[in-house]
Amino acid sequence: MNPHPSSCSNGRSIRTRFARRFLRALKKIGSKGSSSRPSPRDISWRCRRVKIAADASMASAVGPRRVWSRTMLNMLRSRSHACLHASRLGNSRRPGADRHAVGKRKRLVLKRKLPNRLGLNQVNQLRRLVPGGEAMDLDILLDETAHYIKCLATQVKVMRSIVDYCSA
Amino acid sequence: MSSRRSRSRQSGGSRITDDQINDLVSKLQQVLPELRNRRSDKVSAARVLQETCNYIRNLHKEADDLSDRLSELLETTDGTSAQAEIIRSLLTQ
Repeated sequence: MNPHPSSCSNGRSIRTRFARRFLRALKKIGSKGSSSRPSPRDISWRCRRVKIAADASMASAVGPRRVWSRTMLNMLRSRSHACLHASRLGNSRRPGADRHAVGKRKRLVLKRKLPNRLGLNQVNQLRRLVPGGEAMDLDILLDETAHYIKCLATQVKVMRSIVDYCSA
Repeated sequence: MSSRRSRSRQSGGSRITDDQINDLVSKLQQVLPELRNRRSDKVSAARVLQETCNYIRNLHKEADDLSDRLSELLETTDGTSAQAEIIRSLLTQ
């Protein structure tokens, strides 16, 4: 029997793991606010924290067994360290905007021969959208993308459920 | 990890076969709500990739919008008691 977790893991467990982590993070963020009127700066701080919490909770729920989640965990870790030392946090919330933080190895990957029917433009776009995509071989990229999309869709579903619940 | 490159490939090459690509592209197609009901031989690989990029961008945007909404709600909601309820309702879906 294969002791390693299968690559297509149980979707429901990812959803639960994400939901637990995310709710825990939301609770922490919510408790930090002052009960009196928050300033615009407080609001934007909180908004940023929620976005980061969503990404971090999903990446951590998936764990290091996927390239994209590993990349995201590393990025979040290095960003939080940078935050401690720098006074200014950049506005790049999404992996696609933070390309310089991803490893610079394997630049050659863009020059490799692609089956023409795939469209180089689309593949390059995809590389920028998937965390760690720049350095992946094409087959890994396609496989990771499918998993990334499943997890993103789960993330959105759970977030929507929470919003619906809290707005009721 | 070197295992990423070697295991499933033919000996001596880092060449990815067309069949592998076809498999992966149709697997991707199944994940896309726009295309999953179409037959995979009717949808071009380039189309699948384009839809994939669009879909990811949409999901990113939705997640951002929901984050905005959640950060507003955090001001008014007491998160502590709601947590267990939310998990319970999520698990029964």
